[in-house]
Amino acid sequence: MKTNDVILQFTAKLVFFIIFFYAVHIFFAGHYTPGGGFVGGLVTASAIVLLVIAFDIKTVQSIIPINYLSLVAVGLIIAGGTAAFSMFMNEPFFTHYFDYFYLPLIGKTSLHTAALFDLGVYLVVVGVTMTIIQTIGEDE
Amino acid sequence: MNNFLLLPIIIPFFFGMILMFGQKKLAYQRITTLLGLLMAIIGALGLVYKVHADGPQTVTFGSWPAPFGITMVSDMVSALLVTTTLILAFFIVWYGFESIGKERERFFYYPGVMFIITGVNGAFTTGDIFNLFVFFEVLLMASYLLIVLGGEKAQLRESIKYILVNVISSAFFVITVAFLYSVVGTLSMADIALKITEINQPGIITVIAVLFLMVFGMKAAIFPLYFWLPSAYSAPPIPVLALFGALLTKVGVYAIMRTYTLFFTHDLAFTHELLLILSVITIIAGCIGALAHFDVKQIIIYNIVIAVGVILFGVAQMNEVALQGAMFYLVHDMIIKAALFMLIGIVIYISGTTNLRKMGGLMKTYPALGWFYLIAALGLAGVPPLSGFVGKLLIVQGGFQADNIWSSIFILASSLVVLLSVMRIFIYAFWGEQGQISNDVNKTTYNRLFFPTMILVFISILYGVGTEWITTLMGDAAKILVDPSIYTDAVMKGGE
Repeated sequence: MKTNDVILQFTAKLVFFIIFFYAVHIFFAGHYTPGGGFVGGLVTASAIVLLVIAFDIKTVQSIIPINYLSLVAVGLIIAGGTAAFSMFMNEPFFTHYFDYFYLPLIGKTSLHTAALFDLGVYLVVVGVTMTIIQTIGEDE
Repeated sequence: MNNFLLLPIIIPFFFGMILMFGQKKLAYQRITTLLGLLMAIIGALGLVYKVHADGPQTVTFGSWPAPFGITMVSDMVSALLVTTTLILAFFIVWYGFESIGKERERFFYYPGVMFIITGVNGAFTTGDIFNLFVFFEVLLMASYLLIVLGGEKAQLRESIKYILVNVISSAFFVITVAFLYSVVGTLSMADIALKITEINQPGIITVIAVLFLMVFGMKAAIFPLYFWLPSAYSAPPIPVLALFGALLTKVGVYAIMRTYTLFFTHDLAFTHELLLILSVITIIAGCIGALAHFDVKQIIIYNIVIAVGVILFGVAQMNEVALQGAMFYLVHDMIIKAALFMLIGIVIYISGTTNLRKMGGLMKTYPALGWFYLIAALGLAGVPPLSGFVGKLLIVQGGFQADNIWSSIFILASSLVVLLSVMRIFIYAFWGEQGQISNDVNKTTYNRLFFPTMILVFISILYGVGTEWITTLMGDAAKILVDPSIYTDAVMKGGE
């Protein structure tokens, strides 16, 4: 008998966005409060996994057409590039820079290159988690 | 303000990332890998020159002051090992073009090699004990990939054992670092050395020393902990085996050498005596294995165990001569093991078997291969003009100076067993009646396999003949091992 999971699918569509925005929130909150790239990445991946459960792997791939292995490589390059950037400024590897900026709407904000490094971590975590789940899921 | 010493680590790292794109394009993968290794070799040679001219180089990440940030230290010991690693990786990758197989090449073989090089070079260069753990994991993760890549039955079976053993030893590493941190309260290796000197190595530090010996001994395959190595190393294909045999156990040896010359130098009667006894038994165990087997791979694999014992015997003497000998022998052994694995890889390719009893008569059809194998075998045993001689000579001389007469004589005698074990391959495979020959031996493939091997054997000959030029570098390395204050000063006072 064919099951009808319309409630699961409808809830998943809504809840996906709540989880995803929460992930973005803890990603940006990481500098001053608990959180950061690693948890942010895991929560994002779990949001995508919810979609995979509600629909199936092929559908999710057509919704989010990302090659997760390339995502890992891009994440590594962003993180490594942030660390290596200071080498060109003639300072030790991994030296970070920060300053205060006045942005429209938000006002005075501190921007720190550690966030770029965290972005790399975030992408790697999402990429690795999704690669593991996809590879095992597609395996016959 | 000196990032130069990072080049041999981050160049392979960035090339590894670039290689993750375009995994199906073989030409791109191969050319990029060789290009990356070549750039890293140039950087490493420059580094050796700079360390020789200006003394140890240090950089503390993120502009933090010395004991609080992660420090990378490149003294002569690590600069030489890093250079050797990169040169070997270059030739092994080149050799692998013909023998690793296209399926593996398309599935992240080259990124795996680049990340393993990153881990090995990082472990040689780091000046922070927990960072050493991280680099160990980097190289181990990459080695897990390489050992299982291809998915043959033997590879799957052995990779489970290999991963299990290494996960356990890594857990012990973390526990040991936790113990050490709870006693001295710091992770920077230079700072640990200073703190241990201050408290004059109480009993708990000696316990930690033995725990470190256990952890690194598992990686380096010393006597009671070498059980995983012979079967695990026989599973992967030859280029991966050459990479493992030449590099991975040597990282463990380096870590023992570093911790036992930098940290635990105040209770020599216990720690170094233990190291001496274990190294002698390691040699015996390796000799028994090397003589017992009729499988070419196993014979060379047991020779790794013997060499680990010889190097650690040199470390256990704790005098300048023996440590210089240990450095000489370490670099020699990395080169010659890679060369030997590549040579027997060709022998296995030609004869289609690893069983010595089925081989024979290759001297008539492949004389060049035979003569190069003979040179490499004599070099391994330490016949004077070749590369293994000086290292062993200095180790034994150091042993005599430290009044370990009988064990030093034993080291000399073990060379005979080493010679016998590799000569047996020569006699069985190259002399006598024509033995088994594989059906699909292709002349161009043979030549492409033989060319990088030949150059590597030439490098080992140059290393033996050109001892005079290398001695000054090895002398620098031995000085820093004997006198830890050079190391700690370089880190804590910012070097230059």
